[in-house]
Amino acid sequence: MGAHEHPQPPDAVPAPDGIGRRRFLGYVLAASTLTVAAELGEAVLAPTRAAAVVPSVPGPAEIYDLNDMLTHATLPTANLITIRVDPDGTASFALPRAEVGQGITTSSAMLVAEELDLPLDRVRVTLADARPELLFNQLTGGSNTTISTFTPIRVAAAVARGRLLEAASLELGEAVDTLTAKLGVITSTATGRSLGYGELAEKAAGVTTRQVSVTLKEPSEFKVIGTAQRRVDALEAVTGRKKFAMDVQVPGALPAMVCRPPTINGTVRSVDNLDEVRAMPGITDVVRISTGVAVRGRTFGQCIDAVRALKVTWGPGTVEGASDDTIRAELRKAELPLPALDLLTKAVDARFTFHFASNSALETNCAVADVREDSAEIWASLKSPITAQEQIALTLGLPASAVKVHVTQGGGSFGRKLFHDGAAEAAEISKATGKPVRLMWHRTDDFRQGRTHPMSTSRVRATYALGQVLSYDQRHTSVATDFGHGVGEIITSEAARLPVGDLTFSETIFTLTQQTPYNFGVVTQLLSETAKGFHTGSMRNIYSPNVRCAQELIVDELARRMGQDPYRFRRAFLKDERARAVLDKVAEVGEWGRSMPAGTAQGIALHPEYHAHVAVLAEIDCRPGTTGRKVPDAYTGPRVTKVVCAVDAGLAVNPRGLQAQMMGGIMDGIAITLSSGLHLAGGRFLEGSWDNYFYTRQWNTPPELEIVVMPPTTGKPGGAGELAVAGAMAAVACAYGRATGTMPTTFPINHDGPLGFEPLPTTPPVPASPTDGLNRAY
Amino acid sequence: MPEHTFILNGTPVTVDIEDDVRLLWVLRDVLGVTGPKYGCGLGVCQACTSHINGKAFNPCSVPVKDLAPTDEVTTIEGLPATVGKDLHPMQEAWLEYDVAQCGYCQPGQIMTAVAKVRQAREEGRDISEADLDEIRNVCRCGTYHRIREAIMAGAKRSAGGAGTGS
Repeated sequence: MGAHEHPQPPDAVPAPDGIGRRRFLGYVLAASTLTVAAELGEAVLAPTRAAAVVPSVPGPAEIYDLNDMLTHATLPTANLITIRVDPDGTASFALPRAEVGQGITTSSAMLVAEELDLPLDRVRVTLADARPELLFNQLTGGSNTTISTFTPIRVAAAVARGRLLEAASLELGEAVDTLTAKLGVITSTATGRSLGYGELAEKAAGVTTRQVSVTLKEPSEFKVIGTAQRRVDALEAVTGRKKFAMDVQVPGALPAMVCRPPTINGTVRSVDNLDEVRAMPGITDVVRISTGVAVRGRTFGQCIDAVRALKVTWGPGTVEGASDDTIRAELRKAELPLPALDLLTKAVDARFTFHFASNSALETNCAVADVREDSAEIWASLKSPITAQEQIALTLGLPASAVKVHVTQGGGSFGRKLFHDGAAEAAEISKATGKPVRLMWHRTDDFRQGRTHPMSTSRVRATYALGQVLSYDQRHTSVATDFGHGVGEIITSEAARLPVGDLTFSETIFTLTQQTPYNFGVVTQLLSETAKGFHTGSMRNIYSPNVRCAQELIVDELARRMGQDPYRFRRAFLKDERARAVLDKVAEVGEWGRSMPAGTAQGIALHPEYHAHVAVLAEIDCRPGTTGRKVPDAYTGPRVTKVVCAVDAGLAVNPRGLQAQMMGGIMDGIAITLSSGLHLAGGRFLEGSWDNYFYTRQWNTPPELEIVVMPPTTGKPGGAGELAVAGAMAAVACAYGRATGTMPTTFPINHDGPLGFEPLPTTPPVPASPTDGLNRAY
Repeated sequence: MPEHTFILNGTPVTVDIEDDVRLLWVLRDVLGVTGPKYGCGLGVCQACTSHINGKAFNPCSVPVKDLAPTDEVTTIEGLPATVGKDLHPMQEAWLEYDVAQCGYCQPGQIMTAVAKVRQAREEGRDISEADLDEIRNVCRCGTYHRIREAIMAGAKRSAGGAGTGS
């Protein structure tokens, strides 16, 4: 097994020390123990606004992208993030973001440890409750967390460090400049006397709140940032002690489930046997709610039985009769026209179809809710908790301040936790029953009634002559993506300041995220949307995996027609040196161009986004012996046998965490290219289990994987959570095209083949759990 | 209500619950043992994987009535005690390779890994790439590669070889 993840040594060139360092503003707060704060957002900086004018070339997303918008949206926020130093010598920080596996509690703890000169294991990072005063600044999305919090967290930690030094100076009666802070201890260089942070925590506390200015460490002084660290919650995860929403013990919050309609968004007409089901063992309540019929009982097992026993007459859903074919036809009608083609110009012309895909996490939609007469309390993993709080309050008829929303650790998100479907439903059931509930969606519901990444098509035409690409036009047409999770508020407030103010909401997101990294002459990339009525959302990125996969396939085709090697062709047309560097790195490490047997091939692609660059080289085996390989109970198909990835995140705060995010993104890219899609038929999705929806499993994992973290380039962290998916999807698709000799145009590539499973029934909506578990023990 | 007795993580437990309730819910909802996770309730995702008499199984697929008073059920919470330590060597390997991302599937992954290694060893061989390919546990974060690395390392640790990690 090739098991290599190489962080490269950091850039050896130190920044000029001390001189001209920018100062940042933070606060010492009045408190009983040292508590410091900084404004979350760029208020700590003198903002340099990049978007005053946008030249026609390069495209908007290259100058002012979604991350700039998310970051700048925080500017009006006059509220604070705080770090508290306690007498036990630890520092605590409540991160106003959701941890769903991306490692931000670890990287945030590293930022605190760095500027505070405190060992990492003495930094406690928890997740903040919904804080409406943060306005737009409590959204976890767009791979923006580290980009937007990198400076504010460090400023607060630096304020704390400065204050501890002052307190030590008073306590020891020595000048501050004779003192050094290291690993949570302040030591006098003159007398050797020392004091721990814990001893100083109360003495350093502020009597009144005051503003102070600090400088931050130069990159050359970093001891923690840029080093490979393990996750701070790893021990809890491997011992089963990590608490997710369904593990939170709230008195009286019994399990609850919902009997859901057979078609998407179907409605309850009548229920024939409410009383009969209420009398079933363990069941305490059965109530009609807006999404179906809710049951509450002693165990989820008994809830499943009750859901299956309910006899419900259902009304039609919102996409009754819709199928992959009807939606494809609808998308075709909504497609924006391409410019007229000069008949004398050679062109590559293709249309790609990307089927619905599920962003279902392993933790299904779920939440605990305790709704009382005049207050409510919610526990759930939420990436937009303020939106959840405000909308749930509205539904319950309570003021937002009466609804407390606790953000729990999340069992994956992939776009799902931007929404609060589970929390809203749990609140509704708790109100209807008058009791606390622990609501969980069944897996089958999570696939069939949960949110999906919308189906889309991409029409692409590129023209070329005399060794140059003259134009590149892409018309992306998608089932509407739901952005109702709070980015909308940001857009509304920011729209006037954007260079794209006349566009619709989705068009704005599209324009701010999509970019063409190549010098392809006149470039246009446009979005149009159609087909409302589906529950949609982003899925570890919004448009990029599909849009960029289509583009990279066209790049391979252009190279082929122009008689050039795909790697060298890309190299020649790339605009950005950082992009070229990651491409060169994977070509070198992955031995691009090595001789491979027929039916196997390499593919190479790259992707710039989130102020970062990733390149991926994938090798695939499409030979019949491989595609037909037998693994017990497995859906196999082509196998990606090796992946080499190079990532330039500007500055990797935690290279080990960055590699983990690339690894996950690569597994997603493999899945959405080869095997994981939803089939829409008769107004419902056919998939209902992980043995229907073929996300990457061990039998499709590349045996060889190498991830190279490039040395720091910009000195500022870029986004990482979603970055690798587009590059990996494109590289795998290109490899598949080169191995089979045919450019793939439908994704996942298995979608139009024979269905790889027998669909579960829709009535009752969830299957019974098996009973043969002991026979299958091994 | 019927009574059911079995041994949970070394201690006999008795629960009053209907015969056909699956063990996963007895563990999670009645006994408050939340290490085994729900991921499907269909015996597919393997997130609830635990051990019965040393063998890996899915509590979501076993009615509680099928357990005998002598059956020993081990969840992730009880795994370290099976080797008389604070952590099982497989958990140590998991920490060494920093496998977990969201962590939701990881208790099940570790319980599967321990059983797979034991199974190979009982067949008189080391765990192989083909064995790893057969693991059905879903990890939606895509930590599969580090899982493979950790299982190989954990197998060596369990065998008494290998170092103490880095």
